[in-house]
Amino acid sequence: MTAALEVRGLKTHFFTRSGAVKAVDGVDLTIERGRVLGLVGESGSGKSVTGLSILGLIDHPGRIVEGSVKLDGQELVGLDRDAARRVRGRRIAMIFQDPMMTLNPVLRVGTQMSMALRAHETVSNDTARERSVRALSRVGLPTPEQCLAAYPHQLSGGMRQRVAIAIALLHSPSVIVADEPTTALDVSIQGQILQEMQRLGAETGVALVWITHDLAVVSSLAHDIAVMYAGRIVEHGPTADVLAQPRHPYTRGLLDSVPGEAKPGEKLAQIPGSIPALIDLPPGCAFRARCSRASGACEAMPEIAEIGGRLARCFHPLEAA
Amino acid sequence: MSAPLLELDAVSRRFSRRISLGDRIAAKLGATVEMREVRAVESVSLSVMKGETLGLVGESGCGKSTLGRIAAGILAPSAGTARLDGKPVMSETGRREKLTTRVQTVFQDPFASLNPRKRIGEAIAEGPLAHGLIDRAGSRAYVAEQLSRVGLDPSYSSRFPHQFSGGQRQRIAIARALAMKPDLLICDEPVASLDVSIQAQVLNLFLDLRRALNLTAIFISHDLGVVRHLSDRVAIMYLGRIVEIGPASEIYAAPKHPYTQALLASVPRLNRHREGRTAFKPIAGELPSPLSPPPGCHFHPRCGFATERCRSEPPQLRPLGPERWAACHLAE
Repeated sequence: MTAALEVRGLKTHFFTRSGAVKAVDGVDLTIERGRVLGLVGESGSGKSVTGLSILGLIDHPGRIVEGSVKLDGQELVGLDRDAARRVRGRRIAMIFQDPMMTLNPVLRVGTQMSMALRAHETVSNDTARERSVRALSRVGLPTPEQCLAAYPHQLSGGMRQRVAIAIALLHSPSVIVADEPTTALDVSIQGQILQEMQRLGAETGVALVWITHDLAVVSSLAHDIAVMYAGRIVEHGPTADVLAQPRHPYTRGLLDSVPGEAKPGEKLAQIPGSIPALIDLPPGCAFRARCSRASGACEAMPEIAEIGGRLARCFHPLEAA
Repeated sequence: MSAPLLELDAVSRRFSRRISLGDRIAAKLGATVEMREVRAVESVSLSVMKGETLGLVGESGCGKSTLGRIAAGILAPSAGTARLDGKPVMSETGRREKLTTRVQTVFQDPFASLNPRKRIGEAIAEGPLAHGLIDRAGSRAYVAEQLSRVGLDPSYSSRFPHQFSGGQRQRIAIARALAMKPDLLICDEPVASLDVSIQAQVLNLFLDLRRALNLTAIFISHDLGVVRHLSDRVAIMYLGRIVEIGPASEIYAAPKHPYTQALLASVPRLNRHREGRTAFKPIAGELPSPLSPPPGCHFHPRCGFATERCRSEPPQLRPLGPERWAACHLAE
């Protein structure tokens, strides 16, 4: 069986006046149907650009310079504009952080939903309405009929994000890429959305790429975790394994930085320094300047290799505890 | 910990829409003009002891930032008083000016709170110079001392804010607040806009400074994990009221108010030694609009235990044990 989404050697660079920014520099991902992959990283790690590249939404001065993105076995990189539009929104969809950016403020929700339907199918008004109502009630909106008649500003942030999710689900896509969809929401609403997504993933068999900086969110939602740093995946494996026994020093540092498990009032184990600029990144492991285990060997780029049931990109991986 | 440093005595803050000319004419003509009023903070009383860190937690719109601003003397309360060491933080009449420099604030967004056209050295020295804490001759050395205290190189003082990263800017904002030698520091979501690894650095800095300077602080955040890590006591707010307050360890271990229980249950936890995925237990429903809060207990429409009494009678904060208070008819 082919994977729902297979990304191989993806490189997306932005060609600016001061040089090429290698935002994504060789990313491999595989997601099966019905699974959730948490793509984790701090700002500037390339996680969002990876998501946008999968959907072919990279604009000038950025460009996918290398690699392949296969959706149910079909190559997406290099598709012409029209072919890409036939895929996008129908077989692969995206949910963004800010639903106000996704929704058109001057159109009623119902109008936008039938436009999204008609972008790919010829449907009657009644069918469009009926399918929109079904999609809205599936994401847990209590009064879908009222919601169809509402403008986005009349809805709360949580309801808007539900509408965005409903639109993404309209055509029953194989893959949904969700880029920080709950970051702007309150914890109680975030909890509701996460619960819906977990249920929807199981019900519809959609493969979900969940991009976030919040390890706690993916720890309960995702089957697998991929940790990104400076445009590359540094650790990738089953969520429970990666969280319980991280092998890459960066993953370990990130986990230790989260207050909550540490004893209250004690100092947190912090990672020194900050993320390097992605312009003119020196060769070798990008994390070595902040890493306590770095050695001369780290001046070359380590390959990502299997260790303890997951993949890690490190010459000096942490030992199993 | 002995005497309270800060006392909030039944403070409330309302925000109302400015009355337009049209409304005024309509009112003159006998029409009823709807006066929409947001009760951001409703009769909140609390005290913060010397050397203590109080965490203030709640979802957006619960009034935590407004309460912080009242404590900091940035906003005048509509009713009630805020007192620092027994003296009012703001003048009671007239233009409601802040009367003390002993409370200082660190804001959420270090991009907005630092003047982009001012060198950071000037930004740090401005307050102490204006209030005569230092003189011009000594300002350079003073700024250097403040910068090195927050882990920045003193030579940075001639740089502009845009030359710093988010984490560094938040250090500068902390240095600027501490340069006024405050007794009480109000931190309003100071790490919310930072990445996890940078957040840990700033939290560690805060822990160091608190110990070194014996600071008293109010730490406002929506992040329950951060608040747990830093606070001695925690107050949970919901729609302008405090629903529960008590020692952090006890509240997190055994929350008494249904809202606190639901909030703690709905936060995704980073459990590093868990098998597989977990089910989420979110709170049903949405935060009601503060323009028309539900009668009685504000939480009753979302509460699984609500009774007839909860729908009509607002619960008062009642003591439930040493230092523990909750505003729930059913808590015991």
